[in-house]
Amino acid sequence: MRPEIILHSFGYLIQAAGVTVAVSLAGIAVGFILGASVCMARLSGNAMLARAGAVYVSIFRGVPLLVQLLFIYYFLGKFGLEVPALVAAVGGLGLSSGAYQSEILRGALNAVPRGQSEAATALGYRRADIWRRILLPQALRLSVPPFINEFILLLKASSLVSVVGIAELTRASMNIASSTYHPLEAYVGGGLLYLAINLCFAGLGTLAERRLGVGRPA
Amino acid sequence: MSFDVLWTYLPSLLSGFAVTILCWGLGAVLGLALGFVIALLDRLRIAPLRWVLRVYVEIIRGTPFLMQLFLLYAGGPSIGLRLSATTAGIVGLGLYSSAYFAEIFRGGFNAVPAGQVEAAMSVGMSPFDILWRIKLPLMLVATVPAIVNMLIILSKETVVLSIITVPELMYEMQTMAAETFTAFEAIFAMAIFYWLLVEVVSRLGRRLEMRVTSFMTRDARPA
Repeated sequence: MRPEIILHSFGYLIQAAGVTVAVSLAGIAVGFILGASVCMARLSGNAMLARAGAVYVSIFRGVPLLVQLLFIYYFLGKFGLEVPALVAAVGGLGLSSGAYQSEILRGALNAVPRGQSEAATALGYRRADIWRRILLPQALRLSVPPFINEFILLLKASSLVSVVGIAELTRASMNIASSTYHPLEAYVGGGLLYLAINLCFAGLGTLAERRLGVGRPA
Repeated sequence: MSFDVLWTYLPSLLSGFAVTILCWGLGAVLGLALGFVIALLDRLRIAPLRWVLRVYVEIIRGTPFLMQLFLLYAGGPSIGLRLSATTAGIVGLGLYSSAYFAEIFRGGFNAVPAGQVEAAMSVGMSPFDILWRIKLPLMLVATVPAIVNMLIILSKETVVLSIITVPELMYEMQTMAAETFTAFEAIFAMAIFYWLLVEVVSRLGRRLEMRVTSFMTRDARPA
C-alpha cells in the first residue's frame, strides 16, 4: 500500500470530484423540475394525468439507473440524435431522481394537516392562494431532509455515469488505477473523496434540519 | 427493430438471468446475516466495538457501490485477495446490503416494547428464548417493509455487477448487443424485464407485510 500515490494524483481527483458534484447538482435540479411537475400531475383531478404520473414513477423507480442511462444513450442514437455524454448523464440522473422527488413532494404535501386547507377554503381562500400561502411553504420545509438525502444518493449514483464516459470521480479513479498499476490506492483515494463529500452534505443536512425545525426525533 | 435476436440468444440470456438471481440471492443472504450480527453486536454496548461498527456502516453507506466493487475486484489482489468476478460481486452485494440491513435491524430492535422483554425476564425466559420468541416476531412487523424495500434496491444493483464482467443478465445482453448490433432492443428488453421484476417483488412484498401484520387490527398496521 503506497499512500503517496493518492497524494500525487490528488489534484486530478479533486477536479473529478468537482465534476461529480456539478453533474449531481444539475441532475437534482432537472429532477426537481420533473418531480414537481409529475407530483402536480398526480394530484390534479385529471385521471389521465394522474395515471401518466404514476406510470412515470413506477418505471423510473423500477428500472435500474444503469439501464436507464444506457437506454437514453442508445435510444436517442437510434433516432439519429447524437447526444453528448453529459446531456445523457444529466438527463438520466434527472429522470431517475425526478421519480423519487415526486414521491418526496407527494409525501410532504400529504403531511400538511388537511384541516388547514379545509379551514382556508371555509374562509374563502382561492385555490391558488391556499397552495401559495399554506401548502407549499410547509411542504417545502418538510421535504428538505429527504431532499438532502436524495442528493447524497444521487451523488453516489453519479458514479454510474462513468460508463457513458463522463470524467467524474469513479472514472478518474479507474484512470489512476490503470496508469499507476496501483488499483488499491486509486480506489481508496476515490472512496475517501466520496466519503468526504457525503459527510459534508450530510452535515449540511443536519444543520438545515436543525434550523428549519423539521428534524426527526433521534 | 427486430426482437427475434432475443430468441436466438435465449440460452445465454437464461444463464445470465440465473447468475443475476444467484448473485442477488446469495448477496441478500450474506447481507441479512451480516447485518443481523452487526445489529446484535451493537446491542452489547461495548464502546470501541460500536465505534468500529459505526465506521464500517458509514463507509459503506457513504461510498458508491461501484467503487466498493472495484476495490474488491481490482484492489483486492494488492492485499492478497484474489476473487473471481462473480465472487467479488456476491461479496460486494453482501457487504453493501449488510450496512443497510444493520440499520434496519437496529431500528427493529429499538421498536420492541421494553415492557414485554422485562415481563419475559421476570418469568425466567433465557436470553435466547427472549430473542427467538419475543423480540424477533415483534421486530418482523417493523422490519419487513424495510427489508423488502432493500431487497428490491439490491436487485437493481445487480446490474452494476456487469461492469466488473460478472456474466449476469445485463452483461449477456450487452454481449448480444455488441455481436448483433441490437443495442436498442437489448436495453429495451432489459428495461421491461427489470420493471416487471421490481413490480412482482413489490407486490409479493406487500402481501408478505399483510401476512406478518395479520395479528394486528387494521388501524394499528403500519400502512
